Amino acid sequence: MSTTMNTVGRPTAPVATAGDIPATLTGARGLLQDEALIFELGGWNKTGVDLPEAADADEGLSGLMRDTAIGLPGLSEPEAVRHYVRLSQKNHAIDLALYPLGSCTMKHNPRLNEKMARLGGFSDIHPLQPVSTVQGALALIDRLAHWLKTLTGMPAVAMTPKAGAHGELCGLLAIKAAHEAAGQGHRKTVLCPTSAHGTNPATAAFVGYSVVEIAQTDDGRVDLTDLAAKLNDQVAAIMVTNPNTCGLFERDIVEIARLTHDAGAYFYCDGANFNAIVGRVRPGDLGVDAMHINLHKTFSTPHGGGGPGAGPVVLSAALAPFAPAPWVVHQADGFRLVEEAVDEAASAFGRMSAFHGQMGMFVRAYAYMRSHGADGLRQVAEDAVLNANYIKASLSDVMSPAFRDGPCMHEALFDDRWLEGTGVTTLDFAKAMIDEGFHPMTMYFPLVVHGAMLIEPTETESRQELDRFIHALRLLAGAAKAGEVDRFKGAPFHAPLRRLDETQAARKPKLRWRA
Amino acid sequence: MRYLPLTPDDRAEMLGVIGVDSIDGLFVDVPPSARREGFVDLPHVAGELEVERELAGLAARNVTAGSVPFFCGAGAYKHHVPATVDHLIQRSEFLTSYTPYQPEIAQGTLQVLFEFQTQVAALTGMEVANASLYDGSTACAEAVMMTKRVTKRNRAVLSGGVHPHYVATTQTLAHAEGMEVVALPAAVDAEDAVIAAIDAGTACVVVQTPNVFGTATDVTKIAEAAHAAGALLIVVTTEAVSFGLLKSPGEMGADIAVAEGQSIGNALNYGGPYVGLFACREKLVRQAPGRLCGETVDADGRRGFVLTLSTREQHIRRDKATSNICTNSGLCALAFSIHMSLLGEVGLRRLAALNHQRARELKAALEGVKGVEILTPRFFNEFAVRLGKPAAEVVEALAARGVLGGVPYSRLAPGAGMDDVLLVAATETVTAADIAAFQTALTEVMA
Repeated sequence: MSTTMNTVGRPTAPVATAGDIPATLTGARGLLQDEALIFELGGWNKTGVDLPEAADADEGLSGLMRDTAIGLPGLSEPEAVRHYVRLSQKNHAIDLALYPLGSCTMKHNPRLNEKMARLGGFSDIHPLQPVSTVQGALALIDRLAHWLKTLTGMPAVAMTPKAGAHGELCGLLAIKAAHEAAGQGHRKTVLCPTSAHGTNPATAAFVGYSVVEIAQTDDGRVDLTDLAAKLNDQVAAIMVTNPNTCGLFERDIVEIARLTHDAGAYFYCDGANFNAIVGRVRPGDLGVDAMHINLHKTFSTPHGGGGPGAGPVVLSAALAPFAPAPWVVHQADGFRLVEEAVDEAASAFGRMSAFHGQMGMFVRAYAYMRSHGADGLRQVAEDAVLNANYIKASLSDVMSPAFRDGPCMHEALFDDRWLEGTGVTTLDFAKAMIDEGFHPMTMYFPLVVHGAMLIEPTETESRQELDRFIHALRLLAGAAKAGEVDRFKGAPFHAPLRRLDETQAARKPKLRWRA
Repeated sequence: MRYLPLTPDDRAEMLGVIGVDSIDGLFVDVPPSARREGFVDLPHVAGELEVERELAGLAARNVTAGSVPFFCGAGAYKHHVPATVDHLIQRSEFLTSYTPYQPEIAQGTLQVLFEFQTQVAALTGMEVANASLYDGSTACAEAVMMTKRVTKRNRAVLSGGVHPHYVATTQTLAHAEGMEVVALPAAVDAEDAVIAAIDAGTACVVVQTPNVFGTATDVTKIAEAAHAAGALLIVVTTEAVSFGLLKSPGEMGADIAVAEGQSIGNALNYGGPYVGLFACREKLVRQAPGRLCGETVDADGRRGFVLTLSTREQHIRRDKATSNICTNSGLCALAFSIHMSLLGEVGLRRLAALNHQRARELKAALEGVKGVEILTPRFFNEFAVRLGKPAAEVVEALAARGVLGGVPYSRLAPGAGMDDVLLVAATETVTAADIAAFQTALTEVMA
């Protein structure tokens, strides 16, 4: 049968070639363009926005006007679209594949939430317009607060912190204010387990506390004996993550809370891992005094390449009076705002930021919660824990779980004992995962586990995607044990870039483009 | 539930692989007293349509800035954001990626941050900038704390023109850190007053231009006075578009420049999320808070970008970190950077000039209203007026007439004794008809 060039073009067939794949001549990699910086794309006199000319400025601004070049290039709209789309293609994303970063809860971000946050009634309102004109916004904040309080079993919530670390700061400031009000301002110590997130000791130090570490037991929990020995009348608070950073539920948490309270200290719970227990366990039933909730983790507001997040803090009755302004009050004739630390808010410790918190994130988180409902949220926790245990069970024969006995919660923690003698490190293994299409897991954290690999799949992964991930890791584990060191040491080979020289970046920092 | 892929069969099979009988077998470590049977007392699963209806209903109860003559500012500004910006930030690879800890597969985010840092440094006239902070107010507080680390001194002096919320945010953090904050009384045009308050223990002076009353100030002399006393100058700006018209903080001698970046690329969002701009002299950078992106090369010698100087940060330094901050405001920084790339220098200057022109037109309209006194001597796109009656009541009366006519200063600082002062802003989004409607409504209310 004959074909014509006009209809089918020139058919191609795979051609076997020997030897290395040649580098491209331009630096592109197939569809991945080698994209220059906006400062190199030219356009110093170009703009992608059509604006009318304005009259010359006057009004006493002489001497105040900027008369030197600013140094900003401009792009036409098509150039801008192409620049940023090209750059976007060099990122991994949860929309592409399982993103197993332990402690980060990289779950699916529903697009409904994006649509809702962009409703003009939420996105196009000013934080200082009259409260009579933003009753719907205040109602939304109030409803979200109700859900957060109900899910945590706590009586109050401070909505304004802008991220998890900001929430920790809010919680510790409330604790500090409560101690000062009770004549306990001399308490200057905060106890943190050695496995704590770095933000915990950083936050404690930031508010002027000194940090004392609590030891951990062999089964990955807080050592109660050590805790009891270190609790005294100088301790302001303990900061414990639950489920903890080893992915384990603190079995003795009620006792931890009791010991803490008996010593006159407060129990700050790092709520980063709330996803594991939402709808099944209420922190208020555990004796928690303050806990931040990362709306960008448990309640799926997108991580956006590193923020914006949101970190409301639920508070016990003892700490509630010290919550920062502003907050929403629901009364018979509508909603009002308490904006100043005076009168009814006289004991408020101050203010976390300029306005009312991350409203855009509140809308997304509320849409997410409303969609799931009480039943869906409980299923979230169960599926998140199920997925993590499934991964742990499916990899236990080829990798070494840090804590083999008993179930994990929403993340599976492995150490690097299984890599002993292979010449491959945790870092090498993680970088090789990139070549297989997955984002690495959290590495070398928590610090208490050698060569830690912390895998958090979340509940939004299908069985098929979990099996695909497990299959990839089993193949890689087999390759490591078979002595294929080169596959790991140089990895990644197939990513937009190879391993980057971070030492050079830090030694001679080049933090901006210069002509 | 539409977001949960596992089927009942999947769950049963997976429990079998794990070797437990039921899901409860995975929650055995929860103390019995804290185990909850059944569901918490909240509504159950809802479809998209149901959720949309509820949220659309709430949204409809708010008066949007775009639907009325609108003149609110005081730290958040309504500007037109090109459609391209919101489209691009919703690319999956930007929206649903994490902090770029694995640079080989995060060059998109990292290159954007490098470009963002360069844009912010250029705008503020500073040598370097970080990858953003939560917002302008927290950037201000972080900057003040940083000057304590740099100077080993313990006192900060804030002018009476600094946004009261920025002052309160700074005071809150300073109290915890044990740093003394001297906040001078509210003043429309007295940034220079900080000079007299500088002493040998002063770590920094903080001034704002344009300040909360809209007054633009050349702070060069303040910089000289601060430096002569061994203190650092922090310059705050809440309206980033002003960088397109006014002298930059760097040109006037600032050591640290902080700003609210919301005006570029970001919607009002009822106050958040916004994007804090933070820039400083290069020699101070190792004491700076927040993420920094730097240029380097990969194993093949190709240019690439990484997060750097992370030995300042909490995940490495823990209790010795310069700040507890973990995230930046990545997606808002991306929106800022895209909008700024679209504007370019030409567009930004034109936008700034247009804002200034609209504000002058607004001033001309309002100074003709009986009982209205213009207080701000030199302004960019915002100024203060004295009304001779409580501004909060005037604003309510204006709202009843369908005009969102600015922010009463008493809303920001009830105890400042300036209850009759109203802050009004006009951006490029304001039309001649809007100004006429404002003038008419205000004339009625003042009568």
